[in-house]
Parts: sequence; C-alpha cells; structure tokens
Amino acid sequence: MNEFFHMGGYAFYVWTSYAIALVVLVLNVLVPLRNRRRLLATIARRARRARRT
Amino acid sequence: MISRFFHQLGSPRYFYRFSGSLLPWLAVPCAVLMLAGLYQGLVVAPTDYQQGDSYRIIYIHVPSAWMSLFIYMVMAGAGAIALIWHMKLAEVIAISSAHIGASFTFLALITGSIWGKPMWGTWWVWDARLTSELILLFLYLGVIALYNAIDDKRTAARATAILSIVGVVNIPIIHYSVEWWNTLHQGPTVTKFDAPSIDMSMLIPLLLMAAAFKLYYVVVVLMRARCELLERERNTQWVNELAASK
Repeated sequence: MNEFFHMGGYAFYVWTSYAIALVVLVLNVLVPLRNRRRLLATIARRARRARRT
Repeated sequence: MISRFFHQLGSPRYFYRFSGSLLPWLAVPCAVLMLAGLYQGLVVAPTDYQQGDSYRIIYIHVPSAWMSLFIYMVMAGAGAIALIWHMKLAEVIAISSAHIGASFTFLALITGSIWGKPMWGTWWVWDARLTSELILLFLYLGVIALYNAIDDKRTAARATAILSIVGVVNIPIIHYSVEWWNTLHQGPTVTKFDAPSIDMSMLIPLLLMAAAFKLYYVVVVLMRARCELLERERNTQWVNELAASK
C-alpha cells in the first residue's frame, strides 16, 4: 500500500496532477447544480411577487 | 419520425425534460468507467521502464488534451449550426461547451507541466505543442469573455460562433505540431495509422479514461445547457411553473 502512494518516488507529481483533475471535474458538476438551484429560486420569488401586485 | 424527434428536441421545454431524464443514465456509466480507468491506470498497469511511475499522469493528461480538441470542434460545430439555422439549442450547447473545454485545456496544460518537470527538467517550454495548446486556452477564454460582454444573448451567441469558427484553424496546428516542428513533446503514440506504440496493459486504462471523460463532458454540458436554457426562458410559462413546483 505504501508503495502505491509512493509512486516510485514521483508521488508529488502524480498525486498533484490527480488532485487538480479531481478538483476541476468536481467543480464543473457543482457549478451548474448551484446555478440551477439559485435560478429556480429567483424565478419563483419573482413570480410570487408578480402575482401579489 | 426521426425528423419530428429532432424538431421536438429543438424546443427548449422538451429538451429540458428529455435531458433531465437522460442524465442519470449517462452519469452512472461515466462514474463506472472512470473508477475502472483509475484502478487500471494507477494499480494494474505496470511501471514504465523509462519514466517509472510518473507516466501515470498520462491517464488524465492525454484524455484531457483529446477532450480539449474534441470539445472545441463541438463548440465550433454548434456555433455554425446556430449561425445558419438560428437554433437556440445550438447556441446554448456552444457556450456551455466553452466552459468545459477551457477546464479540460487547463487540465491538459497543468498536468503536462507537472509531468514535464521530472521528465524534461522544466515546467514549461515554448515549443509548438505547448504553445498552440495555450492559444487554445486563450481561444476558449476569449469566447467566454465575448459572450459575457454582450447583453443580448442571441447577438452574443452569433459573435462567439464566428470567433470559435475562426479559431478552428488552431486545431490541426495543435494536432500536427509534433510532426511539423521539432518539439520536446513526444509524438503521437495512439492516434496514428499503424498500431499504437503503447502496450495493451497501458492502453486499456487510457481508453477507459478517454471514454469516461467523453461521457463526463456529455453530462456536464447537458447540466450547463439546462441552466442556460432556464435563464433564457425565464419569462415563459413552463419555466415559471417548474420554479413554482420546486
């Protein structure tokens, strides 16, 4: 197991690359999820306000 | 029948519903492929006799680089469709692709740099492959900036479509850069006409990761396109009903 994380001495390079890739891939999923939630909330709020007036 | 399907798909409301039901069927295989690729690439694939374990960066570097080119072609293609047929859906796919393409280009550049340090002894060189890929990143960023700079989204989509179509000239330059010029970057090992010069045990995880990245792109481009559509259609009844039901 230790050997696996050691990556033959290249641990820093290999794991940094994979970590950056993970962050970028996860962010690209989270951003549209958050945008959609916010957008729907804004539209619903505006619709409620429009109905009241 | 088929033409009717495409006609319906062009309607934002139908597309929103259809893509929503499609997403889980794409996301699950994507996750499975990626896990399999990671396991094969990090655990099963043997150590390289020249580069040691550092070569394992290939399993994100090369698929990312492939995606950076592929997504650009999709973006320019969607842009062309948007220009010719004024199809809203194509406009939305084009701008959604720009963000993801920029992400993959960034990944290809940064992992290449991290791989270059132990293998070439430098983080960066101004050779043809690296420079043309950097220009690709600027093209993506330019498309995004241009789109955001124009308030009317239909005008913005047309302007960015033209920019991305002009930028297509860079794609063959990137692909052939390692053959046309003397570069520090190695030549192609997979996408050439004779058999790939890479061992099967190392090739399989690469192909798994490439397939996973492609599916990943489809998933996130649909997610982004759905948001973009909601925003553009926010004054329509169906979007208001959808928002009210949440």
